[in-house]
Amino acid sequence: MSAHADTHDHDDHGHHHKETFVTKYIFSQDHKMIAKQYLITGTIMGVVGVIMSLMIRMQIAWPEEPNVIFEALLGKWAPDGVMDADIYLALVTIHGTIMVFFVLTAGLSGTFSNLLIPLQIGARDMASGFLNMVSYWMFFLSSVIMIISLFVAAGPAAAGWTIYPPLSALPMAQGGSGMGMTLWLVSMAIFIASSLLGSLNYIVTVINLRTKGMSMTRLPLTIWAFFVTAIIGVVSFPVLLSAALLLIMDRSFGTSFFLSDIFLQGEVLHYQGGSPVLFEHLFWFLGHPEVYIVILPAMGLVSEIIATNSRKPIFGYRAMVAAILAIAFLSTIVWGHHMFISGMNPFLGSVFTFTTLLIAIPSAIKAFNWITTLWKGNLQMNPATLFSIGLVSTFITGGLTGIILGDSALDINVHDTYFVVAHFHLVMGISALYGMFAGIYHWFPKMFGRMLNKNLGYIHFWVTAICAYGVFFPMHFIGMAGLPRRYYTNSNFPLFDDLSNVNVIITIFAIIGGAFQLVFLWNFFYSIFYGKKTVQNPWKSNTLEWTAPIKHIHGNWEGDIPHVHRWPYDYSKPGHDEDFVPQNVPLKDGEEELQH
Amino acid sequence: MTALLTIIVLVFITVAIWQMVKIFDLANANNENSQVATDKDNRVNGYLMLGFLAFIYIITIVCVVKWGDLPLMSNSASAHGPQIDNLMIISMVLIFVVQTITQFLLHYFAFKYKGEKGKKALFYADNDKLEFIWTIIPVIVLAGLIIYGLFTWTEIMNVNEDDDPLVVELYAQQFNWKARYGGADNTLGKANVRLIDIDKANILGLDESDPNAQDDVITSELHLPVGKPVLFKMRSQDVLHSAYMPHFRAQMNCVPGMITQFGFTPTVTTAEMRQTPQMLEKVARINRIRTDKSKKLTAKGEEALDRYEFDYLLLCNKICGKSHYNMQMKIIVESQEDYDAWIKEQKVFKNSLVQN
Repeated sequence: MSAHADTHDHDDHGHHHKETFVTKYIFSQDHKMIAKQYLITGTIMGVVGVIMSLMIRMQIAWPEEPNVIFEALLGKWAPDGVMDADIYLALVTIHGTIMVFFVLTAGLSGTFSNLLIPLQIGARDMASGFLNMVSYWMFFLSSVIMIISLFVAAGPAAAGWTIYPPLSALPMAQGGSGMGMTLWLVSMAIFIASSLLGSLNYIVTVINLRTKGMSMTRLPLTIWAFFVTAIIGVVSFPVLLSAALLLIMDRSFGTSFFLSDIFLQGEVLHYQGGSPVLFEHLFWFLGHPEVYIVILPAMGLVSEIIATNSRKPIFGYRAMVAAILAIAFLSTIVWGHHMFISGMNPFLGSVFTFTTLLIAIPSAIKAFNWITTLWKGNLQMNPATLFSIGLVSTFITGGLTGIILGDSALDINVHDTYFVVAHFHLVMGISALYGMFAGIYHWFPKMFGRMLNKNLGYIHFWVTAICAYGVFFPMHFIGMAGLPRRYYTNSNFPLFDDLSNVNVIITIFAIIGGAFQLVFLWNFFYSIFYGKKTVQNPWKSNTLEWTAPIKHIHGNWEGDIPHVHRWPYDYSKPGHDEDFVPQNVPLKDGEEELQH
Repeated sequence: MTALLTIIVLVFITVAIWQMVKIFDLANANNENSQVATDKDNRVNGYLMLGFLAFIYIITIVCVVKWGDLPLMSNSASAHGPQIDNLMIISMVLIFVVQTITQFLLHYFAFKYKGEKGKKALFYADNDKLEFIWTIIPVIVLAGLIIYGLFTWTEIMNVNEDDDPLVVELYAQQFNWKARYGGADNTLGKANVRLIDIDKANILGLDESDPNAQDDVITSELHLPVGKPVLFKMRSQDVLHSAYMPHFRAQMNCVPGMITQFGFTPTVTTAEMRQTPQMLEKVARINRIRTDKSKKLTAKGEEALDRYEFDYLLLCNKICGKSHYNMQMKIIVESQEDYDAWIKEQKVFKNSLVQN
């Protein structure tokens, strides 16, 4: 690490090298700027993903009616405003891909890992600023390719975000499986490379660059979450990359990894000996850990925010860390619960039921510990606090139905119905989104030196919270009534006619909820330039990032890096006048550090 | 159109709210940390937390009362169905109890411990006993659920060949289903998509030289005799499909290149199911909706909708392409005599081939 120490030795600030516009705002190697780049790119992708979801909802609610929005946004795919069945599946596919990978993986973890890891562990920057920059630009490139794929003549990828072959492998089977799927795969391959570079950087930084006194047991839970998330990413993303590469081989070079015995449009294809089930295994070996890659950082942010705003130590720090580790370990051995009825051996189904339901235990510990942290607190209801409580609420509601879906016998009848859609949107979609919002409201002052408007934050939270339940709670019931997901219209099944009014209600909640995100967008972009200037430590927080100057400087701290003398959760500690004691404050005479 | 108008209205509301917020802000412009929650914010949001708790309870009750009778939870039409339904109901009750309690604690604490200036929180970082309790309780409850679930699963998935089940192949292709019966010998002939010969109308790729294949029967409606175990063998000719028979609590993917299976015993005939009070009510409700829709359609000069009559269905439940949303097959459960009479009318494979 000596080379690193040389390049980042900023103790001597007399001759700070000059930055041009390009090195400061575009090809920046500063982790704080890269975090902002991730956030803004992720936000833009999020807008695209949410608009798609609203179009999906409008199509489900009013399938027969022409819609000017479709006509305006979909062009040739919505002649006279009536949506085409192929583009519906494409919207479902790209919405899922964008939200899971581009918003909730890169936008959430990319933003906050980059911003907080160096600042909270007391490092000048990431271990490799250059790789960090490359990681962002690969993410940007993959976003651009994904967006370009929307404009391909035969349509974008439309085989679902899980891109199961043979549907995704054969352009004859579906228009979107041609150039659209090629671009999807290229985009995802670049995305995975970007994610791996980021993850390796996070791991190395946390292990090597902690400041003096910052032992692993004094790390804020945010850092634990980012660190473990990065490890899961490094373990599982390469498997998806291999699946994507093998699929590219099947598509373009005539191999048969995933294909066998196919008769399509009057001819027998040459593929023999492959198995789509193999692809499902490879896909879900990433696919399931992926939901923890999405939710763990959100949980880390929320743990930090709940403790700070309760003015109380996080309850059960050790148990929280153990739960993160347990979830990370279990997450890699539960993927088969997506495949109970895929044709794999039923005995494997039993094994995966067992491991899956085990995950409920660390999850329950986390939920109970958050609730206990609130108990006898002095709760500061900042917008970030509200979103954090919102996360706990939706995580419980959505997580509980996991007990049903993880149980192979029950999965038989609700698999691939709207029950699943409701479950995962609440437990990982909305929850992670809440975590991301909470993080933005909380660390916006650190990122931009200005505050977000709190009243707009309150409006944003309460409308979003009501609409989220309004959308996803009733959805469980239409799922239990047997309505399959990914149907362009249900009008060919009179059996489901009595669900149509539920679908209209859901869509209205979705439109209101979606529209109120404009409040957030306005608040966000307006406050970057005109928001109220922040004070040094607006939330009276203990972690190191609030000791760094408001104005961003390369190297984070003027002079020496602060040393750490205590854990980050000394809130309302008896014997102190203030209700917080930052980590860099030495222990008083006779004061004992909590043995945790 | 409605949607667009809604959005425009919402945009205006947003702008209005923004203006109001600006006025609020002007009121405390000289406070340097004005964007941090004050005691008043804590109070207001604390009460809203209680309100939100009420909202969660209300939406739960509304959903259960209004739509709680939609789910397929107590009217299964297969022998193993009640087992799944019982497990489902037990899990649901458990979820409901845990949900009610934890949401209460979460939102009530958020209300009760809302911040006040000068108040100090309790420094309370650990309690091993408490944490042990809420680790061990989920462990015990989940152990019970896992054991119950695994027994049910194993029982459902193990098809007992000694019961002499009726063997039926479900054959999936973009975008329809075919059923193939083994004929008099109840044995399916060998088949592979490579043997498909459209000119000879050998559409499922049966081996024409296999003696077992000769008496196979291929249909586009699935008839099942009531009370007789059925073993389904699933095959797909192109992409993944999933054979979903919700009323029988049955589902299995159809995978090109391999044969998957699922077995169950239908216990309620179509005619009996149509006469159950639950189904009569559901069908009446659906037909009311359809009549309303028909009125609107005929007013526009379009054709009215048919009256709905209940039938069991086989749906495709794995995304399979453009017409995935309309890949279905009717299932008819009937008495053994009716089934025998029906199958006798069907053409056997060797007679269905077009000879040149």
